[in-house]
Parts: sequence; structure tokens; C-alpha cells
Amino acid sequence: MSDYNFAYLDEQTKRMIRRAILKGLAIPGYQVPFASREMPMPYGWGTGGVQVSAAILTPDDTFKVIDQGADDTTNAVSIRRFFQKTAGVAVTEATTEASVIQTRHRIPEQDLRDDQILVYQVPIPEPLRFLEPSEVETRKMHSLEEYGLMHVKLYEDISQHGDIATAYAYPVKVEGRYVMDPSPIPKFDNPKLEMAGIQLFGAGREQRIYAIPPYTQVVSLDFDDYPFQPTKADHACDLCGAEDSYLDELIVDDAGGRMFMCSDTDYCTSRRKNGHVGAQGVPFKEDAA
Amino acid sequence: MQAHVLEGGFDNHAVDSSHAFRAVMTAMARPGQIATLQGALPPAPLSKAAGVVLLTLCDPETPIYLAPSHDSQQLRDWITFHTGAPFVTAEAAIFAVGTWQDLPVSAFAIGTAEYPDRSATLIVECESLSNTGAVLRGPGIKDQTALSLPKTDAFQSNAALFPLGLDFIFTCSDRLAALPRTTRVG
Repeated sequence: MSDYNFAYLDEQTKRMIRRAILKGLAIPGYQVPFASREMPMPYGWGTGGVQVSAAILTPDDTFKVIDQGADDTTNAVSIRRFFQKTAGVAVTEATTEASVIQTRHRIPEQDLRDDQILVYQVPIPEPLRFLEPSEVETRKMHSLEEYGLMHVKLYEDISQHGDIATAYAYPVKVEGRYVMDPSPIPKFDNPKLEMAGIQLFGAGREQRIYAIPPYTQVVSLDFDDYPFQPTKADHACDLCGAEDSYLDELIVDDAGGRMFMCSDTDYCTSRRKNGHVGAQGVPFKEDAA
Repeated sequence: MQAHVLEGGFDNHAVDSSHAFRAVMTAMARPGQIATLQGALPPAPLSKAAGVVLLTLCDPETPIYLAPSHDSQQLRDWITFHTGAPFVTAEAAIFAVGTWQDLPVSAFAIGTAEYPDRSATLIVECESLSNTGAVLRGPGIKDQTALSLPKTDAFQSNAALFPLGLDFIFTCSDRLAALPRTTRVG
């Protein structure tokens, strides 16, 4: 396999991370401090998610990595190869075949099963950080369940823009207690945070791990007269025609030409394989990619 | 030190502990779900499952409290050799092992308002373990499930402390189930 210990990290580090994961699952939405290690990749490239994955992977796992929904970007490819090399795990791009999925900023369109685990890469785990820079203060606010400031922020959105303009990293309240940053997923994904699989969040630079067990109540913050609304581009995917998936907008020429396509590449490809064709798409051919 | 103190650990620590942790994590994420563990052969009276949990999670950074039911020199030697964890009083423990009757439940750390994670995890050795008895609801449980708990009111008052509280792992022979503080016992 390689000269590394299984899954790169030493055993004592894994035990420390594993204990943090268990406390995270026992206190859903609470950020457990952990002694984040330096990883062979820069902060901001998913060092938190990688450490969580290293602590939970077994040799029997099938591992998938997505970056904004895509399996084939640099970040996703390098992390997938990292664990292929250091843990010897099988890898896949198909959501349904994976047992552990590490993600940067998306939840797969396909609903996860109860035998699947989703690991999020988190840049800023503290939802109150941009409102209150002091860790001492935000920790006190969480302990007192003092989340008024977050509602003021959402209210200011409404007073400035006429609507809650927060489109990603939309704050949620977990099991009626902790306000949590779901990582910068689009708010379109927020309803999927209540799922059958285990969700683990790792922030390497900020040294925090948190978790959402399966079937846990996750409520996006809102107001009675301005209810939470998951939004997406008002369009269908130009490649596969899907109307229910989150879309990326691509500029395709210098004349303002653009197209919308699914951000979840596996979802889009599976649909095209099944014969769905969008407005600018062509029928799927195996060697076309 | 007797030779058998040196035996009964994981054959391949990295791989065996990864499988064991997956089982423990799944149990903690899905309260009431019973998992079967393998890989450790601890000296009596410690059960196989409890031995696997200690080997997977404990090291010199995790003080352990052994209840009178489990406080034997042989077991101390085994834990010391395989994990290096120090033995402490209940108040200072991060993990505790023993039968329900012998664990001083009110003595353990339940965390602080600002750090609710600084709380003990109790490994409770049981005579039997089955999905009968007390009804469980809460995070990780679809609708409801049941688990043979040694008592119900102690777990109800523990859940009332949320977000503070203790987390429990019930072990019986080679099987285990967990009950985090979020689970409502009714």
C-alpha cells in the first residue's frame, strides 16, 4: 500500500479525533475543539474534512469526494487520491456506491442512505464569527443560547434587500438548541440536512469538529412573515434537463452566452446516461467525457 | 507482570481500531442500535466489547475510573499495557467502566455550559442487551426504538441536563449499544 500508517494519521491523533466525533454526535451542532494537525495540503483545502475522514475510514470503505458537487476538480481529485494511496480504500464517483463522501460546499442531489456518511469541509465553523469576532464572547453566547444577533443580521438583510439575501452558509438551529453553520452549502441544500446518514463537519484551521446524527431536527432560521426559502437558478439544467437540481451558471463565450448545468456532476451524468437531454445537451456517449 | 497481560490486544491496531470505531460511532449516532465488536480479549470481568472500546478510544490522555466491580490488578495491568491510560477517581475520569450498581453516576463530570464536551463517557457492563424495555426517542432515532436499560429515571434526569450530561455505552459480551445525553427515555 504505502509507507504511511493506515489513513495517514498516527493512531493517537486518530483516537483524539474519534473522541471529538463521539462528543459531537452526543451534542448535535456543538463545536467540539480538537487538536488539528498539519496535513500535507494547505489550510482551506479541506484539512478538517481530511482529518475526520482519516479517523473514520476503514479499509472496506468506498470513498467519494466532491468539490461544489463535482468529482473532477483539483481539490476533489487530490483528496480522493490521497486516501486511495494512504488508506487503500476503493474510490468512486457514483453517490449510490460510496460509503463515505467527503464534500466541499454541497450535499449530493441523490438522498443518502442510512449506511452512508457525509464529511463536510468547513472554513469558518462559528456562525456568529462575522457578527462577534471574540471566541470568548461567541462561546458565552452559545452557552446562554443568546442568538438574537443572528436574527438581527437576517432582519437587516430584509430591511436592505427586501428579502433574506443570505444564499449560502445559511444558519440553522439543531435539535432546538445550537445555532450551527452548515458550511457554505447553498441554502437550496439546507432541507437535506435532515437525512438518514451521519453528517460530520471538520474545520482544520479553526480546530473544530461537529456533527448531526441521522433524523435530527435541523431548522433554518427565519421569521413568521419571511419564511425560509431554498432557492436555485430559475432554469432547467442545459445538459440533462433536470428541474430539481442545484445549478451552476457558466459563461460560454464573449457575447454574453451562458448555460446552466447541474453542480452535482454524478447526478447530471446519471441522468444523461438514462437518456435525459437538456436544451443545449447532446445524447450521452460513453467516451464523450 | 504475567504474560497474559500482554495478550488480548488488537492484532493490527490501525485496521482493527478503524472497524471498531466505526461500530462505536454508528452506535452513538443511532442510539439503541446494537453492534457486535471483535478484536480484543481482555481479562475477566471486562467484556470483549468494553475491551475493544477501551483499546479504540483510550490512551495516556484519557483518565479511566474503574468501578469496584472491575477494579482488579490484572485488569489494571492489561489496560496500562495496552493503552497507557492513567487510573483516577470518578470526578476526574473521562471514561469509566463498571456495572450499573457500582458506578457512582452522580460523581462524574457532566461538562460546563461553555464546554459541554468535557464530560465523562460511561461504559456500563450489562448482563443482557436487547431492543426491549425502555422506549427511546431523539436524534439518531427514526420514530422510536427500545433498549434494555438498567434503569430509566437516571437516564431521564441525565437527558434533562442537555446540553450537559453523561454519555453511555452499554456492553454485554461482544455486543454494544450507546445512549447519548440527547436521547429521551420514556
